[in-house]
Amino acid sequence: MELGIVELSRLQFAMTALYHFLFVPLTLGLSVLVAIMETVYVMTNRPIWRQMTKFWGTLFGINFAIGVATGITMEFQFGMNWSYYSHYVGDIFGAPLAIEGLMAFFLEATFVGLFFFGWDKLSKVKHLIVAWLVAIGSNFSALWILIANGWMQNPVGAEFNPITMRMEMTNFFDVVFNEVAQAKFVHTVSAGYVTASVFVMGVSAWFLLKGRHYELARRSLTVGASFGLAAALSVVVLGDESGYSAAHSQKMKMAAIEVMWETEAAPASFTLVGIPDTQARETHYALHIPYVMGLIGTRSLQTEIPGINELVAEADARIRSGLVAYDALMTIRKEKKNTPQEVTKRFEAHSNDLGFALLLKRYVDDPRQATEAQIKLAAEDTIPPVGLLFWSFRIMVGLGFLFIATMAYFFIHASVRGMKFPRWALRFAVIMIPAPWIAAEMGWIVAEMGRQPWTVDGILPTALSVSKLGVTDLVITLAGFVIFYSVLFVIEMGLMIKYIKKGPYMDVAETEAWFAKRKALKAQQVEALS
Amino acid sequence: MILHQLIDLETLRIIWWALLGVLLIGFAVTDGFDLGVGTLLPFVAKTDVERRIAINTIGPVWEGNQVWFILGGGAIFAAWPPLYAVSFSGFYLAMFVVLAALILRPVAFKYRSKRDSATWRRNWDYALFIGGFVPALIFGVAVGNVLQGVPFYLTEDLLIPVYEGSFFGLLNPFALLVGLVSVAMLIMHGGAWLCLKTEGVVAQRAKTYGTIGALALIVLYALAGLWLSLGINAFSFAAPAVTDGPSNPLLSHVVHEGSWLAAYSVRPWIILAPILGFAGALVALFAMRSGKEGLTFIASKLSIVGVISSVGLTMFPFILPSSTHPDASLTVWDSSSSHLTLFVMLVSAVIFVPIIIAYTSWVYKVLWGKVTEKDVTENNEVVY
Repeated sequence: MELGIVELSRLQFAMTALYHFLFVPLTLGLSVLVAIMETVYVMTNRPIWRQMTKFWGTLFGINFAIGVATGITMEFQFGMNWSYYSHYVGDIFGAPLAIEGLMAFFLEATFVGLFFFGWDKLSKVKHLIVAWLVAIGSNFSALWILIANGWMQNPVGAEFNPITMRMEMTNFFDVVFNEVAQAKFVHTVSAGYVTASVFVMGVSAWFLLKGRHYELARRSLTVGASFGLAAALSVVVLGDESGYSAAHSQKMKMAAIEVMWETEAAPASFTLVGIPDTQARETHYALHIPYVMGLIGTRSLQTEIPGINELVAEADARIRSGLVAYDALMTIRKEKKNTPQEVTKRFEAHSNDLGFALLLKRYVDDPRQATEAQIKLAAEDTIPPVGLLFWSFRIMVGLGFLFIATMAYFFIHASVRGMKFPRWALRFAVIMIPAPWIAAEMGWIVAEMGRQPWTVDGILPTALSVSKLGVTDLVITLAGFVIFYSVLFVIEMGLMIKYIKKGPYMDVAETEAWFAKRKALKAQQVEALS
Repeated sequence: MILHQLIDLETLRIIWWALLGVLLIGFAVTDGFDLGVGTLLPFVAKTDVERRIAINTIGPVWEGNQVWFILGGGAIFAAWPPLYAVSFSGFYLAMFVVLAALILRPVAFKYRSKRDSATWRRNWDYALFIGGFVPALIFGVAVGNVLQGVPFYLTEDLLIPVYEGSFFGLLNPFALLVGLVSVAMLIMHGGAWLCLKTEGVVAQRAKTYGTIGALALIVLYALAGLWLSLGINAFSFAAPAVTDGPSNPLLSHVVHEGSWLAAYSVRPWIILAPILGFAGALVALFAMRSGKEGLTFIASKLSIVGVISSVGLTMFPFILPSSTHPDASLTVWDSSSSHLTLFVMLVSAVIFVPIIIAYTSWVYKVLWGKVTEKDVTENNEVVY
């Protein structure tokens, strides 16, 4: 593949987004877990819980710094590399981003400093409130970002304006309560909770295996497992909710995940594994589970799910309809107020398909000059990379079930047999540490690669969205990001490992004194009884 | 949704133009002293303890302050999408440099004191200096270019923004002068902050450099003003503009001639802005010499308000003029979001900005007082 500005811009966006998304899930989850630990401290007054809060808080801080820093890149990258996108949909897309700053990011960023610096300056309860404000801020942040992202997947509450040549908002509440956005929010936030739980469990298990920080580790592990179990269950349930939404707003994504070339009679079966073959348009060695796909996709046994070939034919028809809209649009833009009424009418009748005509911009400057072959190519372009989606989806879902099993095991063990976990289980918890990150990155790929060739589904093609930059500019910044981000990653991992190895180093004397006192108290009681 | 008709489009555009100014000024008066402290770090603090004192004056607050900048970006995107699209892609490499510097900064704050090695800490100190100085300079350079007009056009058919300049084209003499105005301003502000928050030798040096910053600001700001009025062509509408029309910059005709000073005869009251810029810097200068720390900081803030608003008020209604295709220039009247979006954003801002200011003030109150050597050494594990 030749790397033009479109490919380079996409590569840069994918790289910086996937990188940013290495830190976000842990921030989301750990902020809540830390706040929960501090709540227990304030309620019970046991210093061990404050020590836990500070220890996990330190790791949270190291992660948070890079999360914030790489988030700045995301906020500006739309304007830098996707200027036509910014112009075309900024009227809708910009609003949730700005509200995120107003409502959420300001909150978490202002209070995170106080969380670390305020231990001696605030009362216990006030400090606890600060901890919760950080957690709430991070989670609200995710809400608004996913409202923006959800709109790209399912653009509701907006219409095209031919004079300003862009999409404009018609109903703010439709944008906010977009079902895709809501499902994505809960799914993503729960995934963040799972990530943090697995992280806390893994690190604690490592402490237990090494025989260090016993009191802190077993408590943390149990908190992680309980919180994580609830989160892991909701990730899968709400992931299914996203699947259900995808089925009617983004049929192609669903079909591609399934590599379902032909429309199947309802209810469709689910392909558990297989080897998708894009050339031959079939899936080899497929292992099917009957009914499941139909149930996930439509929640009924009667409704059909369209296959890829049928959707391509639909795209072909919509491109042709879009060309009528494009032609009328050019007249409107030229004649402005003098546009004949019938042209306006024609435009309105076909304007929903305008985006499909813009798919041709990749092949020809004026879509009206497109040949039959180019229309065919553009229709084929509406198929996202099926092999990649097929496998990313299966890895993600497989890991999701594995998380549930792991969390359930530790949770049940802790509730029934107490917090003395067998060594094999602890080892497994350590090995699991990277797994949620893999699942999260796969989730990003399914959601965003599955949306291709669109930046905004059915409205604006990716190829048209980019800034008109020089290849040199893009190569410079791409190389810059790769080098810069790699160095930061090494530094971050180094610090993370250093501080994990160092263990809880704050409030040590106080915590030990408390445990000694309790031990003495218990001994006294035993003596008194005997 | 008919509610948004309550405020007409023209008014909403003026409000959002003003709010854009508020956000930029909010950024400059809060994160401005963080950038100033970063720039001054190698000069006012020599030993590790001194550096930690200086860093910890901004340690708990820089993160919140920086959000003004991020929010500014978000607000431009939401309220002025064409401005966001044209400027961020046009100043592409400059934006990248700013980004790199601003990514370096949070990491440097957080990681500097996490290891004891002297090399490790020195390297992060360089990062903090770069993270302060580079954005301060580039923001000014960007403003200098905006005043001269930027080479871009919008395609007739689809309104695709195309930038025709280069990175080095941005580094012209006038723009660099404005860049220095910005650096001097933030050095003054950083100096004023350090006088307020530290004592002893750090405060003493901050006083010296803060004074130099204030003096430099007065001289450079005057020079830039003179150059602007004599040597740089202004932009204006060829015919009276439609103020509540659709946001399509190509619908109006713009001429590139005359002086920006014409704005001062049309709206004489805007002279207050440059006066505030000069007066603030002068008061800051004298207050700093006579050890009135509180007054210095307030005067420095007011000076920033004056300097930044003088740019906006002089250019009004132009936001980003095009030097090569004046008709494509972005103005308050033709590059905003739709009526509904502006209204929704206004409601959000009216609700949240007061809340933000309230809790930010509370945080500053909790952290009130000077940062001393004792604070840094006794809380070794907690502070930066």
